[in-house]
Order: sequence, then C-alpha cells, then structure tokens
Amino acid sequence: MLSPVILVPAVLNGLMTGALYALVALGLTLIYGVLHIINFAHGALLTAAMFAAFFAYRLLGLDPYIAAVILTPLFFLLGYGLQRFVIGPASHGDDRNILLVTLGLAVVIENALLYTFRADTRTINLPYAFDVVEIGTAFLAVPRVVAFGATIVVALCLWLIMQWTDTGRAIRAVAKEKLGAELAGIKVAHIYAVTFGLGTACLAIAACLLIPSYYVNPGAGNAFVLIAFTVVVLGGMGSVVGALLGGLFVGVVESLSGLYLGESLGQIGIFVMFILVLLFRPNGLFGERA
Amino acid sequence: MRAIAPILVAMAVLAAVPLITASNVVLNFAVMVLLIALVGQGWNLLGGYGGQYSFGHAAFFGTGAYATAILQMQYGVNAWLGFGFGIAAGALVGAAIGALSFRSGLRGSYFALVTLAFAEVLRIIASVAPITGAGVGTLIKLDLRPEAFQFQGRAPFYWILLGLVGASLILVRAIEGSRFGAYLVAVRENEDAAKAMGVDATLIKLGAMTISAAMTAAGGCFYAQYFLFIDAGIAYGPWISVEALLAPIIGGIGTVFGPLLGALVIKTVGEVTKLMTGDAPGLDLVIYGCVLILVIAFAPRGIAGIADDLRQRFRSHRTAAPATPAALEHGRG
Repeated sequence: MLSPVILVPAVLNGLMTGALYALVALGLTLIYGVLHIINFAHGALLTAAMFAAFFAYRLLGLDPYIAAVILTPLFFLLGYGLQRFVIGPASHGDDRNILLVTLGLAVVIENALLYTFRADTRTINLPYAFDVVEIGTAFLAVPRVVAFGATIVVALCLWLIMQWTDTGRAIRAVAKEKLGAELAGIKVAHIYAVTFGLGTACLAIAACLLIPSYYVNPGAGNAFVLIAFTVVVLGGMGSVVGALLGGLFVGVVESLSGLYLGESLGQIGIFVMFILVLLFRPNGLFGERA
Repeated sequence: MRAIAPILVAMAVLAAVPLITASNVVLNFAVMVLLIALVGQGWNLLGGYGGQYSFGHAAFFGTGAYATAILQMQYGVNAWLGFGFGIAAGALVGAAIGALSFRSGLRGSYFALVTLAFAEVLRIIASVAPITGAGVGTLIKLDLRPEAFQFQGRAPFYWILLGLVGASLILVRAIEGSRFGAYLVAVRENEDAAKAMGVDATLIKLGAMTISAAMTAAGGCFYAQYFLFIDAGIAYGPWISVEALLAPIIGGIGTVFGPLLGALVIKTVGEVTKLMTGDAPGLDLVIYGCVLILVIAFAPRGIAGIADDLRQRFRSHRTAAPATPAALEHGRG
C-alpha cells in the first residue's frame, strides 16, 4: 500500500491540484487580509470566470491560456467595480452587512448563470489536454503541470506587487492600520476595491488554468471555494504564504485520502477537516494570531 | 396580554383565509409564506436578536424533515409523535453545532462559515447514506387520516402551520420581554461588554441557537408532512438557508413580525417572477439576491424599519399641524 510507485504519483498529483486550490485561496485570503471580510461571492465569481473561459474558447476559439491575458484584467475591473460600487456602498461599513451583501451577490451570480446556461455540464476538448509529462514513475497531465507553474508565478507576482509598488505598500498600510492610512492620504475605498479586484483577477487565472482539464456548470466554482475556505483557514486568514502552503497541503491530503478511502468519502474528509480546523485552530496551523 | 394582542389579531385574520377561498393555488401560496415565516423566525431569534448570522439553517430544517420521514417510514412511529421527535432532533443538532462553535469562540464570518460547512456535510451525507434513501430521496406513504397527519384538503394543514407560526411569534415576543432576551440583545450589541457585566454569553447564545433550530426544524417536519417527499437537495440545500435569512432581513431584522412580513414579500416576488417568465430555474433566486442587497443598502431595518420611520414622520406632522403658538414652538424645536 505504501510503495513509492503508488505514493509518489499520488503526492505529485496532489501537489498539482493543490496549486489550483492555492490560487483560488490566494484571492480569498488577500481580500480577507485587507478588508477583513470573508467573500462569500468568491465561488460564484470563479464559476463566472470559468464560463467566460469556456465561451472564449467556444465562440472566439481562444486557447484558455491566451484567454487568461484578456480575462484577468477584465475580472480585475469586475472585482474593482463590485467592491467600489456595490459591496462598499451597500454595507455601510458594517461587517455583518458585508457578509450578507457578498452572499446576495453569490446568489445573484450563481442563479443568473443557472438561468442563462441551465444546469448542463460543459467541457472543452483541447489537443493537449491528455498529454502527459513523465517524472520518475509519475505521469502528470500537461494542463496540471502548467497550472502548478502558473500558480507559482502568480504568487511571486503578487508578492512583488505587494513589496515593491506604491499600490502594494498602500494595500499593506490599509491592512495594518486603516485609519492611519487614511490620514496619510491613502484612499481607502480605492485600495479596498483594488484588493478585491486583485482577488477576483486570481480567479480569472485559476479559471483559465482549470478549464482545459475540468468541466463547468453553474455550481462548479463552489466545490473549489469550500476547499479554498479550508485552505485559507488552515493557512491563517490573510496570510499569502499560508494560502500557498495550505493549498498544496490540502491537495496532497485529498489525493491520499482519495487513494485510501475512495472518492466520495474524500469529499467529506475535506469538510470534516475544515470544521475541525475552524473549531480548534481558527487562526490557522501556521498563521499569526488574528 | 397586551404584548401579544397584535399577534392574536393577526392570527385571527389569517385563520380566515381558507374560509374565504378554497383555491388550492391560494392556499399553497399561503402555506409557503407561513412555512418561510416559521423557518425565518428561527433564524431571526439567533441572527436578529442574538446577532449570530447563520448561513446554514438548512442543517436544522433538513434534520427535522428527515427525522419525521424516516421515523414514520422505517420505524412505524406515529406521524404526530414523529413531528415532535423531528423538532427535538433539530434542536439537538442546533445545540451540538452551537456548543462546538461558541465554545471555540467563533463569531461573525467564522460562525457563518462553520454553519454553512455543517449544512453541506449533512447534505453530502444525506445524498449517499442508505437510511435517507440516498440520491432517490425519502417518500412518505399516502395515508389520508388525521391520525397520520395527512388531510384531504389543504385547509387543515394551513391551520396547523398557522398555529405553529402563532406559537413562534408568541414565543419570540415572550423572549423579547424576558431577561434571557435582554441578555441576548446585549450579546448582539457588544459581546465583550455583556460578558464583563456578568452575562454568560456562550450559554445565552447556545440557548438561542437551540430554540432557533427547533423552530426551523418544525418547518422542516411540516414540509415533509405536507409534500410527502424530501431529498438531500430540498432538505439540506442552500435554498432554505437563504430564504431563512432573507425573510427576517427584508421584513425587519430583530422584530417579532419581521419574518412573517418578509416571507410574504419574497413569496409574492417569487410567484410574480414565475408568472411573468414561466418556471425558469434560478430567476426567482436572482431577484431574491438583488432584493437582499437593495434592502441592506437602502433599508437596513427592513419593512418594519420603513414603517417605523413613516409613523414617526406622520406623528411629527400631526404635532406640527395645529396653529396654536405652543404647538408651533414645539414644531420648530
């Protein structure tokens, strides 16, 4: 059972899946770290991005990896607009209201997709979808290897933005001390919206990386986001490194529990882990104190 | 008596509905309004009065529904008894989830997340476990006798449900005026301050959650008995969690009549959408979501809040109207 011939591919595959979880979680944790809210619309926005990537291929013939170049800025704008013109003004700065507004957005987006595209599951066929890379005894599907690499690049870019740009410094300032940042002349509403936009842009990239090897239907994003919630809580709310490590960890756990327990139990395993972490380590396994 | 007089009047008026019309369409609509009012009243006690926003009240609704159905069908328990057990099972699940989350100190978004996760776990379990009929769902056998909690027409169902709604209104009104209710509101307004004043916040929240779960579970039991069919998506699906919080928020969060008013609004909106566009899946929820955002943006206290504002404006008009010098002074001030 524990022979490396089975174990190594399972772990590697888990890491590949985990990278995508990490990317979805990255957006979530970024928004939480700055706005201190859990964005319940994250799953619906991921689904929307997956539909966008799907139709970019179907109608315009755009390869998902090329579509990412167009969809990422578009979703940045979408996220910016949502926070600036809907979530911000509608919630009057009250945390409970923000929760409800993002929940409302999730309901609207998800059901608008359901109404327009019905519950049908759609997939696209790319010539390279079933190509594999051989690493030792493991065969890894090309789209997943690309996704893994892209996630690392995105995380690196985010880190660079946060460290070296003025916007990044402003975001960090607002996350640390909102009032102080405002007094220093930073436009908090703008920074909130930029952060929300960055989080949403992560989803567009994740969607383009997912669509070559995954399906899309109006509930597709939710499966990922519940896992992303787990990842974010596990890694510590607001921690970017935590989200990355947490994502990879959850991916490996899922892959191994799928191997030993079977697929349907693996799904419950994630939820149980989520609840246990929430109950006993709400600040994350390696997160700082909230 | 004075505190519950408006409730009794409202119940008396509503009780007349089946006497005026025998239309199944109208009664069906009225039953759905009352059902959401009951489920929403459960959410309102915990969320409106206690400030703990649950995104997973489906956990209690579904538990009540499944307990009633399974006890009847697989263990031959009498339907009325099963109804009672269903409520108790829901309360137990509420107490268990509450004990776990409140003792771990989960608040705000974290509490919303954990309730959502519990509802999802139960939904997945119900969709694979053999006892719930897995993907097929659970059917309650047709047995049209009052002893079996099944009736020829819809009117008896309606009156029973109205009785449950009336009881929930009176219960919430009683809690509102009690020490427990005052503690609960104190916890909502400022948990740390309430604790500092000697309120056992965890116990208070736990109590509220248990009662809240019982009310919502009663709705679930009724659903199973009325439609005689449930599956994992109906019983534990997100739709009921969303409607449970929509009704009180639209009607007036933390008010006794809020859930009933809100349920009337969302069910009316739902029906109108259906009439205008046919039975397209999802569209009613799109509108609910928009209404939720609009209410939070423009009328955070719901219909009850709007009514309050109007009443106050009307009053200040009246005091300003008479042209006596004293009243004029008062009006200016």
